[in-house]
Amino acid sequence: MSEATKTGHGNRPQRQPKRPKLPRTAMPCQPAERRATNFEEVTTGYDDEMAVIEASRCLLCKKPKCVDGCPVGIDIPAFVRLIEVGDPAGAIVKLKETTSFPAVCGRVCPQEEQCEALCVLGNKQEPVAIGRLERYASDWETAHGASVRPRTAPKQGKSVGVVGSGPAGLTCAGELAKMGYDVTIYEALHKPGGVLVYGIPEFRLPQAIVARECEYVESLGVQIKTDYVIGRTLTVDQMLADCHDAIFLANGAGLPSFMDIPGENLNGVYSANEFLTRSNLMKAYRFPEYDTPIAVGRRVAVIGGGNVAMDSARTALRLGAEVHLIYRRTRDEMPARSEEIDHALEEGIVFDLLSNPTQIIGDADGWVNAIEVIDMELGEPDASGRRRPVPLEGSERRIPVDVVIVSVGTNANPLLTRNTTGLDLTNRGNIIADEHTLATSKEGVFAGGDIVTGAATVILAMGAGKTGARSIDRFLQGRPLLTDQEEEAIAAAP
Amino acid sequence: MYKILGRVDYSADVFMQVIEAPAVAAACQPGQFIILMIHQEGERIPLTIADYDRESGTITIVVQAVGTSTRHLQTLGKGDSISNFIGPLGMPSEIENVGTVVCAGGGVGMAPIYPIARALKEAGNKVIAIMAARNESLLFWEDKMREVSDELIVTTDNGSRGRKSLVTEPLKELCETGDVNLVYAIGPGVMMKFCARTTEPYGIKTFVSLNSIMVDGTGMCGGCRVSVGGETRFVCVDGPEFDGHQVDFDLLMSRQRQYRSQEKESLDTYLSKAAVTKVALANSAASNAAACSAAAVAAHV
Repeated sequence: MSEATKTGHGNRPQRQPKRPKLPRTAMPCQPAERRATNFEEVTTGYDDEMAVIEASRCLLCKKPKCVDGCPVGIDIPAFVRLIEVGDPAGAIVKLKETTSFPAVCGRVCPQEEQCEALCVLGNKQEPVAIGRLERYASDWETAHGASVRPRTAPKQGKSVGVVGSGPAGLTCAGELAKMGYDVTIYEALHKPGGVLVYGIPEFRLPQAIVARECEYVESLGVQIKTDYVIGRTLTVDQMLADCHDAIFLANGAGLPSFMDIPGENLNGVYSANEFLTRSNLMKAYRFPEYDTPIAVGRRVAVIGGGNVAMDSARTALRLGAEVHLIYRRTRDEMPARSEEIDHALEEGIVFDLLSNPTQIIGDADGWVNAIEVIDMELGEPDASGRRRPVPLEGSERRIPVDVVIVSVGTNANPLLTRNTTGLDLTNRGNIIADEHTLATSKEGVFAGGDIVTGAATVILAMGAGKTGARSIDRFLQGRPLLTDQEEEAIAAAP
Repeated sequence: MYKILGRVDYSADVFMQVIEAPAVAAACQPGQFIILMIHQEGERIPLTIADYDRESGTITIVVQAVGTSTRHLQTLGKGDSISNFIGPLGMPSEIENVGTVVCAGGGVGMAPIYPIARALKEAGNKVIAIMAARNESLLFWEDKMREVSDELIVTTDNGSRGRKSLVTEPLKELCETGDVNLVYAIGPGVMMKFCARTTEPYGIKTFVSLNSIMVDGTGMCGGCRVSVGGETRFVCVDGPEFDGHQVDFDLLMSRQRQYRSQEKESLDTYLSKAAVTKVALANSAASNAAACSAAAVAAHV
């Protein structure tokens, strides 16, 4: 018996020592000039050969650090090894042991900050492209029409209501259904998927993939009720009293923030949420074939440096505008994924860095015609550790634009919380949930995802969905929410 | 899918529909609105609830056909369905016994003011209703309104029915009496603006119900933002009712015009498609000698 088997990775095939040093396999992409004019997916994915070569770079560490970097703890070396030996079907089974949505995670997870950041190979060369391999396995599954359906436990005769069908809600619902619970998801919009359908553009995450993931969750027995606004159509209190034994709240981040500068209510000023919702969810990019309009104009300013700002800028570009991205710090401080920033630059987005908007100027008809910005310089680091931008007095200048998209974050949406009794909130309006169990102050009600953490990533929301499902299961079985072992581990943690 | 149980046309442009939506009917209160989508390629349009019946699980809407969605909706009737119907949205009206309340409805605003007037009356208020329209053919629900009010004043711009005046004239006279404690004004932006301006010198609290452009209707997009007392508010979650003396109506109306050119383009596309389909179906109907109503034809567009 080999060492690897003894150390607990029994189902992971052994690898040959000494492998040639290969560079990280590049991701095939649509050329920048072509993709800037269409909404098709930017990256086209590895073919079989590329996937096998990239997978062969994995060192199959005995104590794989990459797994520690994964919020849901995927057995990364195992699935990578299965790809290497030409068994993508095995790889997808391995992936689905821990993640329900590899096609989504493989595309939108910030792997460079998570699994890939901890890859040992990354110390000397570039890390294994774990995310691209995850996507490869899920695309293989789709292409071959083989859907891996996990076994579900016998019916428990208990019912759980999940509020929101974004990544946290879908994950939680899927996990609970597998455990044998009757699960109903309530979605406020007309289509399930949450931020995956209204927020992330088609060119980064095709809606067909999200639709398939939702169908997968339904195939586990979950009922998805769209057009249900919890807090209005039905309250959490009513859900608990009339329909469900426990509730998972995963209603998302919600309300867009504006900057509180003059001119923000002019025509042509959008929140990123609105701009992306019109384009993605309502398909305004196909107006007038679809009925929802969108204003783009010739020049667009996008304010912000996060992934949502990049998505907005690249959407506006594809709708035919010249796009200026206005950010008050430098590229190094941008919260967006490096890959998204690179893609935006390649496509021709103009970055106006170290610039902060001071006002939006309108014409006589109430439409935007310019944005005024002031130059900034970086001073001392602030609480976030990033150097604080300081305005350079007298450096104001105007950029002529027809549309402004404000992408400076979101606040908690009060619609649900305001109509629920006994639910403790932070002073920012987010739901307070126990870090380890996601239990809220209200008996039988658990919460996770952006409504608890504020805007974060898809994979963190999925992690919360899993935790929520585990806690709800224990709650419904009348067991403690944490095992003794878990309590000890938490106590021992630094 | 949500079934349309019936349609009644009040004029060439204004119609009423009763839609089966039990969950919405169970929860809704006067002052709230819904969002509907006719089909999956459609837009989400907000409409104020004109009436509801919890027992039969239905919502009544009154719509003025102006753009693609409302023109399309106008072709649908009993037996047809729409793909989405979401609500109730927005905050309910604050219904209290305050004494005498004037409920002024202008144009299709006569519909949403009806359940508010009824609730105010049930709460013990003296309700004076003003129904205002450009001409007689645009008036509807006079009988319903009379039932829930102590006094009813009808005005038309051209005098074809009731008093020949704008809504603001009788409103001003009522304010002059000194007996009015509260005013509700619902209608087009300009009507609400001048109602609010009329009552302001008398210091009479005036609620208006704002009909801004929306997408989700749950606070997520911020497209419906308005300025109230100098602060930005979201109509969908903070409203739709606000203190009319604090609302920046010019901004509201400017923002309502935001998509005027696209709305025209969309309507032209819809009408030309509808016309083509109508001709094609009429031809096939003629050859098959099958009867085909215009409504059913357009429903297939």
